[in-house]
Amino acid sequence: MSERVAPPPPDAEVEPDGGPGDEHITLWQRLVLSSTLRILLILGGMIVVFSVLQFQQFATVSNLRNVATDASILLVIAVGMTFVIITAGIDLSVGAVLVFSGVISANVMERMGGDNWGVILVGLVAALVSGLAWGMLNGVLITKARVPALIVTLGTLGMAQGAALLITNGVDEREVPFTLIDTIGTGDVFGQIPWLVIIAAAVAIVFGVVLAATRFGRYTYAIGSNPEAARRAGIAVDRHLIKVYGLAGVLAGLAGWLSLARFSTTTIGGHATDNLQAIAAAVLGGTSLFGGIGTIGGTVVGVFIPVVLQNGFVITGVRPFWQQVAVGAVLILAVYLDQLRRRAQSRN
Amino acid sequence: MAEPVLEARGIVKSFGRVRALRGAAFTVYPGEVVALVGDNGAGKSTLVKTLSGVHQPDAGEILFEGTEVRIPTPVAARALGIETVYQDLALAPDLEPSANLFLGREELRGGLLGRLGFLDKGAMRRHTGEAFGRLGVGVQNTSAAVATLSGGQRQGVAVSRAVMWASKVVFMDEPTAALGVVQTRKVLDLIRRVREQGLSVVLISHNMPEVFEVSDRIEVLRLGERVAQFRAAEASMEDVVGAMTGALTQNGGPR
Repeated sequence: MSERVAPPPPDAEVEPDGGPGDEHITLWQRLVLSSTLRILLILGGMIVVFSVLQFQQFATVSNLRNVATDASILLVIAVGMTFVIITAGIDLSVGAVLVFSGVISANVMERMGGDNWGVILVGLVAALVSGLAWGMLNGVLITKARVPALIVTLGTLGMAQGAALLITNGVDEREVPFTLIDTIGTGDVFGQIPWLVIIAAAVAIVFGVVLAATRFGRYTYAIGSNPEAARRAGIAVDRHLIKVYGLAGVLAGLAGWLSLARFSTTTIGGHATDNLQAIAAAVLGGTSLFGGIGTIGGTVVGVFIPVVLQNGFVITGVRPFWQQVAVGAVLILAVYLDQLRRRAQSRN
Repeated sequence: MAEPVLEARGIVKSFGRVRALRGAAFTVYPGEVVALVGDNGAGKSTLVKTLSGVHQPDAGEILFEGTEVRIPTPVAARALGIETVYQDLALAPDLEPSANLFLGREELRGGLLGRLGFLDKGAMRRHTGEAFGRLGVGVQNTSAAVATLSGGQRQGVAVSRAVMWASKVVFMDEPTAALGVVQTRKVLDLIRRVREQGLSVVLISHNMPEVFEVSDRIEVLRLGERVAQFRAAEASMEDVVGAMTGALTQNGGPR
């Protein structure tokens, strides 16, 4: 019988000490070129085009600062959204949770009175806790009540938005501590980089590392890729999903507080499309709506594409309405390419 | 013969009104390949799921190395050294092989980073490469997503995972059902190598030639009971098929 046994494939022996180096390059080409890098090239191309057309105005430090500031609050939400989408979920409630958290935070700060960092930090905690509560409610309903994420977060979208309106009677809260507006909202670090950009970048880096390098990140990918496999591997899938939706909520809460700082008001009516913008950013950046695939780096690029388009159209004199058209088209294209890749893979 | 590593006696399991197992017995000896065969609906999968902690028996006892045990969850089964290669493989297709091998049992870095949950990807990839080498699993690109691998390679990944963690028994549920001729051959080789590592393999299969080629013993399940046990070298295919269909009875036949 042993004669009939085929020898082990030669590559099996060669492989471990063989060329994982070159393999990393092919993987790199396969995955990164197909999504993150490609979208980065698109963004780079847009920047080049706008710079060539209107160098005087587009490629300036102050415009760069504008673009980055516009992107920062959305980026904070989109980071949480990326985690959620990688688990093959969705969170439509982030914009409403942002508004609700901002309202709670503003109310807490107003009741405490005063204009100092103590008050501001309590306001931050209030926003984070509000966001966390909504996020965990989302997670519990999705995992324990087994209501689809689309429906749960559509429901909490309405609830959070309605609650914010009930609390404020529909009138924007305008009592925001001046120190908060003056520093976090409009201030620069070293007189150069806006605080908002610093905070958003820190959020993106920290959670980018968490996603790429830690067990929490790996479970996030695994659950999105095959929840049943994750369950059988002994991963507490429900608990992890609650944490992920909780994270999306906390980041929406943080975004609410940042939004208060930036606009010095609760902007109740101004976040109706934040959820879709965050989803679009994640998907543009290569995150798959089917779960299991995505990076924070991609999402950062995905956030910048609509912002750069908007800014570039304004500066080059194109009617800015075209931005929505262009973003919509790019979004569909991104998902189409993701589908193509999946089909190519499953052919194996 | 040596003491069985795993033994089931009088296992009863019903799903609603369906009695899937009616006092089924099953024995696994150390270091053997034992095939669990039976017609569709004989209760093979239910029995395996009961022994690997997915289902709880309504009655009967499970002995592990001579001691009665309860296996309430798959995690409990794994703690005993029992691993299962599921028919659907239970792999995360978007993750690389090493991430799948260590799924739920990741190796972390040392020190503070480890306490923060940072993965030691290098170590996991290295151990994965070693496991593939030992078992002759031919996966050239160990850092590509499992989705890009062939069916046989995926089977190899799933088997490697089970073997990496099993210290006693590996269950394999229809490991060749979806494979072509060449890949089936590789999986059978894999099963032999697993036995060479000193593990017991329980092979659930419909494919008689395959069962005879690779097994040391064959146990036949019919209508939720064990109706026959054979030594593969001494049995004929007719005997086994007869026992499966009820044409031939051993052990006094169905009670």
